[in-house]
Amino acid sequence: MAGSTQTKPTPPRWLLAELSYACPLQCPYCANPIDYAKYPTELSTEDWKRVLSQARKMGAVQLGFSGGEPLTRQDLTELVKHARDLGYYSNLITSGYGLTEDKIIQLKEAGLDHIQVSIQASTQELNDHIAGTASFEHKKEVARLVKKHGYPMVLCVVIHRENIHQMPEILAMAEDLGADYLELANTQYYGWAHANRDLLLPTKAQFEQAEAIAQAFKEKVAGKMKIYYVVPDFYEDRPKACMNGWGTTFLTIAPDGVALPCHSARELPGLDCPNVKDFSVEEIWNESKAFNFFRGVEWMKEPCRSCDEKDKDFGGCHCQAYLLTGDMYNADPVCGKSPDHGLIQQAIDSAAACALSADEKPLVFRNSKNSKLLS
Amino acid sequence: MTFNPEQTLKFSPLHRLQWEEAQQKYVILYPEGMVELNQSSAEILKRCDGTRNLPQLVSELEQQFATTGLTNDITAFLEVAIQNGWINPN
Repeated sequence: MAGSTQTKPTPPRWLLAELSYACPLQCPYCANPIDYAKYPTELSTEDWKRVLSQARKMGAVQLGFSGGEPLTRQDLTELVKHARDLGYYSNLITSGYGLTEDKIIQLKEAGLDHIQVSIQASTQELNDHIAGTASFEHKKEVARLVKKHGYPMVLCVVIHRENIHQMPEILAMAEDLGADYLELANTQYYGWAHANRDLLLPTKAQFEQAEAIAQAFKEKVAGKMKIYYVVPDFYEDRPKACMNGWGTTFLTIAPDGVALPCHSARELPGLDCPNVKDFSVEEIWNESKAFNFFRGVEWMKEPCRSCDEKDKDFGGCHCQAYLLTGDMYNADPVCGKSPDHGLIQQAIDSAAACALSADEKPLVFRNSKNSKLLS
Repeated sequence: MTFNPEQTLKFSPLHRLQWEEAQQKYVILYPEGMVELNQSSAEILKRCDGTRNLPQLVSELEQQFATTGLTNDITAFLEVAIQNGWINPN
């Protein structure tokens, strides 16, 4: 293994349960792997219950039910109830598509703590185009019902070049819907977003204008609505401390049971990510090659190895290093100290050229057909 | 932020206060987040059940910990707690 630790790792605190890769939406920035259609099998109810119990015993407390669309699982309410009995704080991360008032009530009674509804834009036309499915009015109705039934309501909007100009309207929509939290997530360029980067990456001027609007709004609604703002790291000079450090906090379980140190790690070569059908969560977290791979600092190359900020950002994101430089041991090229930092500017220039080009290529939507074509 | 000491204080229904065995401490849980509490903060929040106001909280905690002069510390913490939405004055 590339990295190893002598001391016992800190236990997981966050468990992301990707229940299914099935999704009625086709968002072209989906964080699922491009080749998700290769992994159609899903864990059984009993497998998930065992995983939840094992991770909780180690100390995981925040639980995200995600996907794909987690509502496609018929046993969602049963899993929510099991999670509540174990003491998890359960977050349902959903498109809202197909969510009825009866289901919202049923999930509340089972012990679900919070529902995060994604909306793709502030207008029906753009929302439905990006989602690849007519869903705008239903999503807004779901957001109102979530609020009505006493959940903290979190609205999540992924920001990219197609909707960044709508920032003022997106904020007004969040206020109108009574969101308790608004997550403004600038697109992170992995998975499908990486494939569509030329079409999604905004210019620096667009990003700065949108950020200034969001910042002013944040001050205006302080005390009423909390804003989670995910920065677009392509316009930063230092990388993010990805996953709060590899194998320190976050555990993702993919629909087929593969355990991942981050939800994009499936894209990295040679990790041999273990499956919860073969090992306990404790064995996976403490002993597996994959979870020890980038723990500590021994795996680092220059410029990270001698960097005085290495304990702050851990070299940044390995998936980004791999996708952009072809070597996951490299420093995240977002870092100004990386010899590959020029690749970021190249990506920005390429996206800008694409925006100006007369024959703009179409977005590749996230669906099984495209997944099979691209993998 | 200031609050009226006569108002009773109630822990927010949009947050959850919970003992974490693995961490051996109380935590506040909310959408995608967690705040770890020290013992004194947890003791204050546990009593914010909508029946007590500031003077009642102070007197109860001073009695429990056999001390006096907690008013300022408790007030300062409650102001932070209200600002963060952890408790609501009624």
